[in-house]
Amino acid sequence: MDRLLFGDNQFFGVNHMSEEKARAQSMKFQDLSAVIDVLDAAYDEGIHTFMCTTHDRVGEIVDYMRTKPERYAEQIFYPGMPYAHKYANAMTEDGMVGAIKRFLPDGGLLDAAFKGGMSVAKKDIEGITTLLIDAEMKMFQGLPTPVIFLQNVVVDLLLGLGFKDAFRIFAEHVRKKYNAEPGFISMNLPTLLKVLKEVGVENPVVCSNINKVGFRMSGGGVTAYEKALNEYEFQAIAMSVFASGAIPPREAIEWVCKLPNLKSIVFGASSRSNIHSTKVLVDEYWVG
Amino acid sequence: MIRIGMVGLGKMGLSHYSMVNAHPDVEVVAVCDSSAYLLGLLNRYTGVETFNDMSKMLAQSNLDAVIISTPSVLHAQMVKTALEAGVNVFCEKPFSLNPSTSRDLTELARSKKLVTQVGYHYRFVGAFKEVKRLLDSGAIGKVSHILAEAYGPVVLKPKGSTWRSKKSEGGGSLYDYAAHPIDLVNWYLGVPSEVRGTILGQVFSRETDDEVFSTMVWPDETTAQLSVSWSDPSQRKMSTKITVFGSNGRITADRQECQTFLTDATAAPEGYVEGWNVRYTTDLTDEVYFYVRGEEYSAQLDAFVKRIESGEIEGQNSFGSATGADEVLAMMVADANRDYAGIAAGPAPQVDRGLFRRRTKS
Repeated sequence: MDRLLFGDNQFFGVNHMSEEKARAQSMKFQDLSAVIDVLDAAYDEGIHTFMCTTHDRVGEIVDYMRTKPERYAEQIFYPGMPYAHKYANAMTEDGMVGAIKRFLPDGGLLDAAFKGGMSVAKKDIEGITTLLIDAEMKMFQGLPTPVIFLQNVVVDLLLGLGFKDAFRIFAEHVRKKYNAEPGFISMNLPTLLKVLKEVGVENPVVCSNINKVGFRMSGGGVTAYEKALNEYEFQAIAMSVFASGAIPPREAIEWVCKLPNLKSIVFGASSRSNIHSTKVLVDEYWVG
Repeated sequence: MIRIGMVGLGKMGLSHYSMVNAHPDVEVVAVCDSSAYLLGLLNRYTGVETFNDMSKMLAQSNLDAVIISTPSVLHAQMVKTALEAGVNVFCEKPFSLNPSTSRDLTELARSKKLVTQVGYHYRFVGAFKEVKRLLDSGAIGKVSHILAEAYGPVVLKPKGSTWRSKKSEGGGSLYDYAAHPIDLVNWYLGVPSEVRGTILGQVFSRETDDEVFSTMVWPDETTAQLSVSWSDPSQRKMSTKITVFGSNGRITADRQECQTFLTDATAAPEGYVEGWNVRYTTDLTDEVYFYVRGEEYSAQLDAFVKRIESGEIEGQNSFGSATGADEVLAMMVADANRDYAGIAAGPAPQVDRGLFRRRTKS
């Protein structure tokens, strides 16, 4: 796994600091060419991993890259699914069952399952889950996806519900069908690691907020996260290392690079210069 | 451990379930919903006890509290049943569709000394709490006006098949969206004495409203304007914004930040200066015990649990406070039906339009 991964929040109007900035970014990245320019800048800095959602626009990016296999010879993707707002909005319109139906390639299986009522067969759930994963993965067909993530809204919802088997089902399917490492994004790192261990998901890739000020590090903050890094066997990716701009870049990178057992950092940037300066800082502080 | 039962497992119900179940002092022991499939699934994978009848759940599960997240039209009866069974109640917003019912339920809860709360989670957002702190300190002087906005992409086409698209079940952007900024304005200024010029507009829906525009008025002539649409395709998710105008400055807040301009910083909290002040969510937000979809959702449930533990009957968003929002919602429905014909189409003044003759007063 590369030390630096490139994220996609900035392309979709996600900014945890300001709604104005988020809108400005949406405008800037309305044209695919503006997105490609930034991805090219990252690629040329040697950042070859794009950690992205399964937003429809990612499909466009991926399609574009497919047309230039030489330009993007080293490009790999870490897809994160599902793009949650798509489901949340669908749920408001059609209810939960309607929403799932809308995204399933074949409604037949689900209809059969719902008719079953209380007698829920395990194979139904595994079948629905794996069909949903396959539907989300379609856009990456034929491209390298060595890690496949479950997004934090889903991971943390299931974690809270105690739906622990879902993590195992996801991990098994991703390993078997895509020959990929299962990844989990979570805002509750210590709690999640305990559960993944309990259900037997070994050495998982886990991405969570890790920053000097403890922003959105639920379940014990900096102390608990450092402890988790030391005690659990997992592949840790830090996100939100700048805490949405609350920490100056040098201070943020210096701090995060000193953490034990960190595998990688995922970051987003909207300009060539920001990508370059982050790369320089990581090269400076991440020794060994 | 606080023993909780979940009532209604739609979008809000499931997320409340997840968050409250993760609370260190809570055990969700039973769930109640009308979907047999969902109940079967939860029982099979989590072992939770399931019911399709709330009364049975109350009778059998020895609960301390219920969390009700059913379609709005069902709130009142379910809350009543729960209170009569002697359990503490957290209910999704809006509290009830009829303010007099809301007042009765508030009284019932008080008489039984039960903890109550309604899901107006924006009162737990750091930036909106900061607005309250600034107003309480008198930082921007005498408030003259508030602009309260909420926009989002819920209904973007004519078809919809859930209760949210049915007025009779408490659907529509008034109850779903506008209730939030209204509740914030109530928190800041108290319940208005009158509303005027309410428009419940339709963009796509046939049975209910997609837009709400209205003016709220207070006895001291403070006013607020409400501008709400759940049919705004430019939004990624619901976005709520409050702008407060005062004699000594202005505050603008949304979920991410609180921007304040002060002419004079003497009355403002420590750290505030003359001119612009910006506070971001990273400064204003406290860490929560468990995060699913925003700190405020976890924080409101944590507040509910802590109030049960300490027996604190009155607190943030208790039934009395949420009744205020129901009163304003009802005023807006009445105002939207008010006959403004006399104003709009009144007799035109008699003016002599002769080319050279001026109209003379008689």
